Amino acid sequence: MADDEIDCDRALIELYEFLDGELTIERRERIELHLHGCQHCFASYDFEQELRFVVRSRLQMEVPPSLIERITRLLEHEARYIDQPGQG
Amino acid sequence: MADRSEFAEQAMPYSSALYAAALRMTRNAAEAEDLVQETYLRAFRGFGGFQEGTNLKAWLYRILTNTYINIYRAKKRRPEQTDLEDVEDLYLYRRLGGLEAAAAGRSAEDELLDFFTEAEVVTAVEELPEQFRIAVLLADVEGFSYKEIAEILDIPIGTVMSRLHRGRKALQKKLYRFASARGLVDPVVAVMDGEPVHQR
Repeated sequence: MADDEIDCDRALIELYEFLDGELTIERRERIELHLHGCQHCFASYDFEQELRFVVRSRLQMEVPPSLIERITRLLEHEARYIDQPGQG
Repeated sequence: MADRSEFAEQAMPYSSALYAAALRMTRNAAEAEDLVQETYLRAFRGFGGFQEGTNLKAWLYRILTNTYINIYRAKKRRPEQTDLEDVEDLYLYRRLGGLEAAAAGRSAEDELLDFFTEAEVVTAVEELPEQFRIAVLLADVEGFSYKEIAEILDIPIGTVMSRLHRGRKALQKKLYRFASARGLVDPVVAVMDGEPVHQR
């Protein structure tokens, strides 16, 4: 089946689905087989994966502690209001 | 049915992730704080209807996204851009991949980290049109599956894939601007820039 053959064009089309973990195990293994034998595709897959790591790590944030306190107080107030309407 | 007394314990661990997403959506710290607060309030009120054992994180992101779209986006006067120019595949790799591979003795991740500061990645992401920006954030930063993103945004999986595909390529083009401005560009590629280049 022509569709089952993984060449460089096919590998490029399936790059994101591979990195996103959205391929079936069988499809994934076929791509991996191609990557082991193709330095160019391996390097490009590797680059895309690293880039994603860089984007993810650059966008990590810690929530401000003051916001946690605000939300905690709000939810406590809301819980009292829900349990005893009119008396919260 | 979920027990409301357990809400904070179960939902608060996601506050940093929700805050980071809110910040990239609103592009404004004060609005992001209000958005996260409103999300938690709505989630708390609706927690009785949340099916225990299902995906709490995705449920919270769905509330966050809907709240953002209903409240914050409505305030904006300028309509959001909904289309993107076409960008070739492997845009950044074809321009920076050679440099990255040439860096001996260091991990490739460290090398790429050096290419882009936090401010540059933030700017590049925030410049993406909203629908592409949110899809890319949900997949690449939060690690949601296509199916989860489809449910969070209430769009078909095919639409998720196409937004990711185009959003990621547009992001690469924006990131390249920063690398290029700092002179971090392979000279061979720089000469041919704009043309698809197969390096090796």
